[in-house]
Amino acid sequence: MLTNSLVLGAAAEAGHHVNYGDIIFQLIMFIVLLALLKKFAWGPLMGIMKQREEHVVSEISAAESSRAEAKKLLEEQRNLLKEARVEAQTLMENARKQGDLQREEIVVAARSEAERIKEAAKLEIDQQKEKAVAAIREQVASLSVLIASKVIEKELTAQDQDQLINEYLKEAGEGR
Amino acid sequence: MHHGAPEFEFMGLWFNGANILMITIASLVVFLIAVLSTRRLAMKPTGMQNFLEWVLDFVKGIINSTMDWKEGGRFHVLGLTLIMYVFVSNMLGLPFSIVIDEKLWWKSPTADPVITLTLACLVVGLSHFYGVKLKGAKGYGEGFFQPMKFLFPLKIIEEFANTLTLGLRLYGNIYAGELLLSLLAAGLAHQGIAGMIAAIPLTLVWQGFSVFVGSIQAYIFTMLTMVYLSHKVSHDH
Repeated sequence: MLTNSLVLGAAAEAGHHVNYGDIIFQLIMFIVLLALLKKFAWGPLMGIMKQREEHVVSEISAAESSRAEAKKLLEEQRNLLKEARVEAQTLMENARKQGDLQREEIVVAARSEAERIKEAAKLEIDQQKEKAVAAIREQVASLSVLIASKVIEKELTAQDQDQLINEYLKEAGEGR
Repeated sequence: MHHGAPEFEFMGLWFNGANILMITIASLVVFLIAVLSTRRLAMKPTGMQNFLEWVLDFVKGIINSTMDWKEGGRFHVLGLTLIMYVFVSNMLGLPFSIVIDEKLWWKSPTADPVITLTLACLVVGLSHFYGVKLKGAKGYGEGFFQPMKFLFPLKIIEEFANTLTLGLRLYGNIYAGELLLSLLAAGLAHQGIAGMIAAIPLTLVWQGFSVFVGSIQAYIFTMLTMVYLSHKVSHDH
């Protein structure tokens, strides 16, 4: 059996003739297989691979453009922030200056008002004093006239005169 | 074991029934694998689609290593079909063989020189066709006298040698593998208990090796196809 198996050779297997039928069949089958696979398998597969390639390319470019846009927006925002900060600074500065100015004004106004009130009070005091002095002077004058008239009316002794003066003084004291 | 072939004559041509059967089965298997794997194509590939895309890139790599993609792109489909068909054919005869009435029905179609030489002739014929198509009749003709004029006879011999070696290399590897497998399984295993025990590890090892050889041969066949095509098609040679 083993020795029998060792009889090799294609010629022995094929016999005395060549299998042209096999050749034709193999050719036809291979070409048909090629065509069918191209239509049903390789074509769609290559299509989807190409599609994926394009998808990746477009995704990359989209990512790049969106990154550029994000960068631009970031720059914009940064500028805006800087501007806002500067503006806030100037606003605060202005407010502080305004406040200082206002304080100064208020202080000056208050000081001048106080001065004015003080002046007015002084004036009033002077006027009142003047009036009081005038009133006393008047009273003294009339009193002296009265005393003089009394002295003249009655000729009095020194004693009486003293008594009289005392009386009047007392009277004047009570009248006050 | 050496068995007869189920041959018959039909319309004046001789056919080997086993070859017809196995060619059909191999083609069917390749077709089913390829088509079922690409039924649900997705942008995010899964499972079999991943595998086929890997094969696609693998063949693309083979082509790119021999010629410019501008010229080689048209051979992508051919290379894909060749590598799948040859690989499946090489594998078919490995798990078992079927012998009915002393005639071998189940074997690798590539274990027959008629089949492998047909494929080789197809490839070499295509190389001549594309040589004329892409470089013109003049450019194609000049290719036979380069780099030296006196090399012309060698160039002619080379064409036949290429065809023969391409076909017979594949046939020899696969046929030898299957022959030894059949010797082990049908010969040694029937020589008593000891023979059977000895045959089990040997068959196992040889089957593993045959898977390796079958894959390598499918790769080599496709690689050489692209090399021959690039010799005829490329301008830089």
